[in-house]
Amino acid sequence: MRPALSVILLTTLIGAGQGLFLALVSVEALSGASRGFFVIGAAISLVLLGAGLAASFFHLGHPERAWRSAAKWRTSWLSREVIVLPAFMAAVFAWGVAHWLGWPTLGFAAAAALLALALYLCTAMIYACLPFLQEWHSPLTVVNYLVLGCASGFTLAAAWAGLAAHAVAAPLAAAAVGWTLLGLATRGASLARNARLKARSNLQSAIGVKHPRIAQKAQGAIAGSFNTREFFHGRGPGTLRKVKWLFLVGAFILPAALLVGGFPSLAFIVQFAGLMAERWFFFAQANHPQNLYYQAVS
Amino acid sequence: MTQLALVIDLNVCVGCHACVTSCKQWNTSGAAGYLSDDNPYGADPTGTFFNRVQTFEVGEFPNTETVHFPKSCLHCEDPPCVPVCPTGASYKRVEDGIVLVDYDKCIGCKYCSWACPYGAREIDAHQKVMKKCTLCVDRIYDQALPESERKPACVLACPTSARIFGDVHDPDSAASKAIREQGGYALMPEWGTQPANHYLPRRRTEIRIHPDELERHDNPLKVDGLLPRPSSKDPALDDVTSW
Repeated sequence: MRPALSVILLTTLIGAGQGLFLALVSVEALSGASRGFFVIGAAISLVLLGAGLAASFFHLGHPERAWRSAAKWRTSWLSREVIVLPAFMAAVFAWGVAHWLGWPTLGFAAAAALLALALYLCTAMIYACLPFLQEWHSPLTVVNYLVLGCASGFTLAAAWAGLAAHAVAAPLAAAAVGWTLLGLATRGASLARNARLKARSNLQSAIGVKHPRIAQKAQGAIAGSFNTREFFHGRGPGTLRKVKWLFLVGAFILPAALLVGGFPSLAFIVQFAGLMAERWFFFAQANHPQNLYYQAVS
Repeated sequence: MTQLALVIDLNVCVGCHACVTSCKQWNTSGAAGYLSDDNPYGADPTGTFFNRVQTFEVGEFPNTETVHFPKSCLHCEDPPCVPVCPTGASYKRVEDGIVLVDYDKCIGCKYCSWACPYGAREIDAHQKVMKKCTLCVDRIYDQALPESERKPACVLACPTSARIFGDVHDPDSAASKAIREQGGYALMPEWGTQPANHYLPRRRTEIRIHPDELERHDNPLKVDGLLPRPSSKDPALDDVTSW
């Protein structure tokens, strides 16, 4: 698939926003912190979620009709995401306001935490529910969206606690290292799974000719088409390999080292860039069966 | 339940692209708006089409066979592109099984094109909505047309009658009979999409010649090919010339 910058930004930004909120709620539940820490933390989370939401509009051909996309929540994970994302933002906002005004926050915290988990599920299932995109059609996709989002969110929480010189900075950094290393394990597991993947479709099943040697001579257009642009990343296998190592180092190993070394802000910047590379790879690696029909131009 | 579909005979298709141009002409002229093209005469032409004819070479030179393969939306009975649509713009008609896009509801998120394993959907680069074969829904029910023309434009254009249009749920339709009797098959059956469109396979097309068709076994003179010279008074075969 062709990785779209809008979708890369959407998934990485809201993933970090949800992770940050889950980190703040864990701090609230386990140790507690000052009111300002939670209020500004909620604001940072909302900025990330809002930026992701704004980025998603650039993916649409008709953003003015975006409101329609809440209609088919019974069948479409994309529709569910469209509903859960604003609901989660509203819950985080309410939670932040409750902290600011000194109201009881437990109800808002529980609701927002549930919505954060639901949003991870919705985002990941958009990709995991498509059976013929075999690289995505796995529970590991859901696990990775959750774990990688929490990794960047906890790293950001550690950075924010560090800037606020808060006592929870050290345990948050430790948790961030834990999520990051867990992410290395789960993303590594999906890399290993995809490396052993056997494509279920082939040119024989695509055109129904049972001969071992079939070569395409024409695809019905003398130059490119939507089908040649949307479903292939347009880079060589070398680029894919480089990006894989780039994100393995940039999203996991380097941030974990920086967190251990006591540079949580730098760790978040590096990890976010690494996760953008990870998301680029996630899309680029998925091989759509329609590409079988578009192997030679003329 | 009606399920309209095309049955495409790969044994007959000659790859002339008449279906492609006819489809483009009809569907770019309709009430739903044009099918946009960019650089049609330039170096890198591109455009929106509902139907394309692809060509594959099967076998190894010199024992090869050329297969022309018309490809359009298969109007699946279980279309994976429909449930993923967040707005309901992509839908399957209950009354005739045609999968359609409501261009006024489509937000252009392209998710349905990702969910189609056949690559049958193309986004219009200028109208920013997803487009696909409609089985010429705006002509097959048009009472203003003579009944013989109430067929998709591609079917009417095909010079070799390689495209059969009909209800594949009606066992007596020409389309169902062709599928049943000529080995009709579906594309990528492994995904369970149950395409309504079917393809008829390439067949051996050779004539069988028996010796008695080359040499009359009751040849009265038992002379190969040397027939007795007729009398000059006898009429010739063409009744004009004479010996």
